[in-house]
Amino acid sequence: MSDRYEIRFAGSGGQGVILAAVIVGEAAVIFEGLNAVQSQAYGPEARGGKSKSEVVISRGEIDYPKATTPDLQIILNQTSCDEFVPETRKGGIVIVDDTYVSAAPDADAEVYMLPIVKTAREKIGRELVTNMVALGVTARVLEVLRLMKPDSIKKAIMQRVPKGTEEMNERAFSEGYEMMKSKK
Amino acid sequence: MPRVEFWQGNVSLAYGALAAGCRFFGGYPITPSSEIAETMAEKLPTLNGRFIQMEDEIAGIAATIGGSVAGYKAMTATSGPGFSLKQENMGLAYMAEIPIVIVDVMRGGPSTGLPTSIAQQDVMQARWGSHGDHGTIAYAPSSVQECYEIAIKAFNMAERFRQPVLIMSDEVLGHMREKVVVPEEGSLPIVNRKRPTCDPGEFIPYKPDQADNLPPMASFGDGYRWHITGLTHNEWGFPTNCAEEIAKKCARLMDKVSAYRDDIVEYETESVDDAKIIVVAYGSVARTALSAVRQARKNGLKVGYFRPITLWPFPDREIETLAEKAGTVLVPELNFGQMVLEVERAIHGKAGVVQMSLVNGELFQPSEILKKIEEVAR
Repeated sequence: MSDRYEIRFAGSGGQGVILAAVIVGEAAVIFEGLNAVQSQAYGPEARGGKSKSEVVISRGEIDYPKATTPDLQIILNQTSCDEFVPETRKGGIVIVDDTYVSAAPDADAEVYMLPIVKTAREKIGRELVTNMVALGVTARVLEVLRLMKPDSIKKAIMQRVPKGTEEMNERAFSEGYEMMKSKK
Repeated sequence: MPRVEFWQGNVSLAYGALAAGCRFFGGYPITPSSEIAETMAEKLPTLNGRFIQMEDEIAGIAATIGGSVAGYKAMTATSGPGFSLKQENMGLAYMAEIPIVIVDVMRGGPSTGLPTSIAQQDVMQARWGSHGDHGTIAYAPSSVQECYEIAIKAFNMAERFRQPVLIMSDEVLGHMREKVVVPEEGSLPIVNRKRPTCDPGEFIPYKPDQADNLPPMASFGDGYRWHITGLTHNEWGFPTNCAEEIAKKCARLMDKVSAYRDDIVEYETESVDDAKIIVVAYGSVARTALSAVRQARKNGLKVGYFRPITLWPFPDREIETLAEKAGTVLVPELNFGQMVLEVERAIHGKAGVVQMSLVNGELFQPSEILKKIEEVAR
């Protein structure tokens, strides 16, 4: 399992956590030639409720498709923070949003509290792009770990987002990337 | 260079069906299978095919049967509640010998149960759900790549044997995205139904050819007369009370699968040669089982992995041989014990059978199966 890198995005329905993991998976498989499996868990409601999405990346075959002890968690609300942070791999990375999570959680991991939602809302003007800011943060982490190039994630975003919104999404991605770069 | 995609299991299955030549889909959207209908709705019109969203699940399979009778390779997709509703018309397709593919992306039941959560509670319904006797062909894919390939195999079997073929997928597999290396066109065999070659005036619709005991199938509109009924019928397709004709027809429905059992049965193994414990798992659970078996091997335990790819017909003889050598079989399932009964039947008491059940809407974690392996090994 050493070749396995597990990423989990968690928040509430509507924050785009599923799409975020899908984009990381697409970047890994299509632009990096890696293996990836993306899965999700959500309730029957379209908005609100708990939403969790995971992507496992590996150079080798991936048997179990879900995260067991995530290496990286990006958490966008309090409920998810309380539930999921304890599962982080020892020495892994936890990133929590400072709008919807009240305090940095205790964990045997590197913990960062970042203005992800605030950046989407205030710098881009649309809370809708929260997941793109989160992807920028993720891209920097994966770059530092030499797992993936930020450009692969950016390309995957451009393939996915609706025409006419590319510039806004790219800005959100860059804001997230720079935000994490100032820390790591 | 083969094309690489990052597809959902459901999407991959739909593309596999299209590659098999499926050109008709009748259905009704239901979580967690809806992406199959969505993909077919988008793609079929561009391939001169037909997609019809019907008023309900029953009409969905009825239209699919109609599409097949009209000469198209036809499919429908559903989940538990819809699978229950489709049972009656599945019986019609078995009796009238209409090739169709039915996908059940399993979610938790009974009733409307858990729309967005995995289960494996429909596997016995696949075998016994529709009343009356018939041979069953049911596949259980366990990767997104396999969803594509099994869709093609399912059509090949349906067309060859003129009967419904089931694909028992599950919520985790249907919704998860994974790398797919799309097979090049022509690299996988495609089977088309046998058509009559005789003069229409000499056509006897249910008269099997001597060589394979299977009757060729005409399409409505071809000029071949054909009476279709759910009543037990003779070779002319007309209802019969003649004991000899009844016996012949009913036996032939069973023989399709039993006579060709070795052509149909598929399974996969890993590390079974010196194994003292064999974990038998299918669908998404097989992914967990494989992970647990590999970890157990690293810890020095002699454990093997057996995955039935066809649930029906079940690879019973193959499991029996391995189980007898190993001594213990562990069967994790997301139900209260369904295929474990078939495993017990297969091994005739020649090995111990340990059942693992999980019915909480989730998939087993590798650590849970590993713990059980360690317990059993002690």
